[in-house]
Amino acid sequence: MVKPAAREPNAAPATEEVWGWLHEVPDPEIPVISVVDLGIVRDVQWADGTLIVTITPTYSGCPATQAIEAAIRAALEARGIESLRIETRLAPPWTTDWLSERGREALRAYGIAPPACRAIDASRISWRMREPAVSCPRCGSARTVRVSQFGSTPCKAHYRCEACLEPFDYFKPH
Amino acid sequence: MAATNPRFEYLLYLGDNCLILGQRLAALCGHGPALEENIAITNVALDLIGQARLWLTYAGEVEGRGRDEDKLAFLRDGHEFRNCLLVEQPNGNYAETTARQFYFDTWHYFALNALSRSTDARVADIAAKSLKEVRYHLERSSEWVVRLGDGTEESHRKMQAALDWLWSYTGELFEASAVDAALVAEGVAFDPASIRGDWLAHVKEVIEEATLALPSGTWMQRGGREGRHSEHLGYLLAEMQFLQRAYPGAQW
Repeated sequence: MVKPAAREPNAAPATEEVWGWLHEVPDPEIPVISVVDLGIVRDVQWADGTLIVTITPTYSGCPATQAIEAAIRAALEARGIESLRIETRLAPPWTTDWLSERGREALRAYGIAPPACRAIDASRISWRMREPAVSCPRCGSARTVRVSQFGSTPCKAHYRCEACLEPFDYFKPH
Repeated sequence: MAATNPRFEYLLYLGDNCLILGQRLAALCGHGPALEENIAITNVALDLIGQARLWLTYAGEVEGRGRDEDKLAFLRDGHEFRNCLLVEQPNGNYAETTARQFYFDTWHYFALNALSRSTDARVADIAAKSLKEVRYHLERSSEWVVRLGDGTEESHRKMQAALDWLWSYTGELFEASAVDAALVAEGVAFDPASIRGDWLAHVKEVIEEATLALPSGTWMQRGGREGRHSEHLGYLLAEMQFLQRAYPGAQW
């Protein structure tokens, strides 16, 4: 059990401090990256003594969404936040462009290739558009092939490296 | 059924399409033809069920009778479902699963694209979010039509037969229902006929690339949006709703 940080009774922690705590909340599916680095946490605000954390879900069906909400709640309650509301915001929709640089590097080090380009404009059909080369997160080779558009979770595609022959996940630009 | 709120009916249509196809695809979990496809199909099912939750939650709020996403999904009978007939058709062989997905994904993509400009901000938000996911669905199903069509003699024959078989279920996607007119005038919904050209252009392009022939039948099935479904929906609902019917209010 984490002890609440020492502070004056009734003094609300600054939102910067709350952001710092949220930086320590790992994504349940990819624990090397925090919910902040993943771009899920959009806003932290106080309103009438209640802390309001606004999150944007990644994919509509992502089963981690509820786990993320529970993890954020647990982390903030452990810090002594008593009145907390977690709000979900759909627009603008979550995009991999919100991944932090630190998050991208953490993904790569974990064996998941980060998005190789900015989010693709969904209002244009691109079924035959070639995605930019995805580098193998293990050996760095650009000689990789896509095995399937969908990998171990909706946010990832399944790739294989033709140089080191290892399979790997690719975090799709979204 | 008594005249109801057009917006509620429309949201049910959008949500039920996702829910019923999501349920169909979920039944393939563990039965896909290859491990990668097993995973892909299940991921698409997850996206669709997630989208269904967003639409049905909003539908329940618009209706204002205290029905949430779960009540709408699990406690309505067949004639109250508004999904198109296409999505309730059985999984069949993999060419049939693929053809159903391809026809629907193409419609879904253009429908969401139009809805992302809806004057109802909530509709526009859900559509914009879903569109990003459906772009990947469409890419995948388009590639599979090509892979099977331009594959072996047998896969080519089965893919053509599947496209021909399901063709008659594509007509109602472009027909306006009784609730559409008012919503189109308000800018909430789009005119179904307005996306047929885009739909046909993409379907044609992919089918040609797949060395297949565009089906030419003109007789079309209809009735989904009025609650007149094929018998397949009843069996699907019996399985999907069993738990809540047998143990009302049971929670995970």
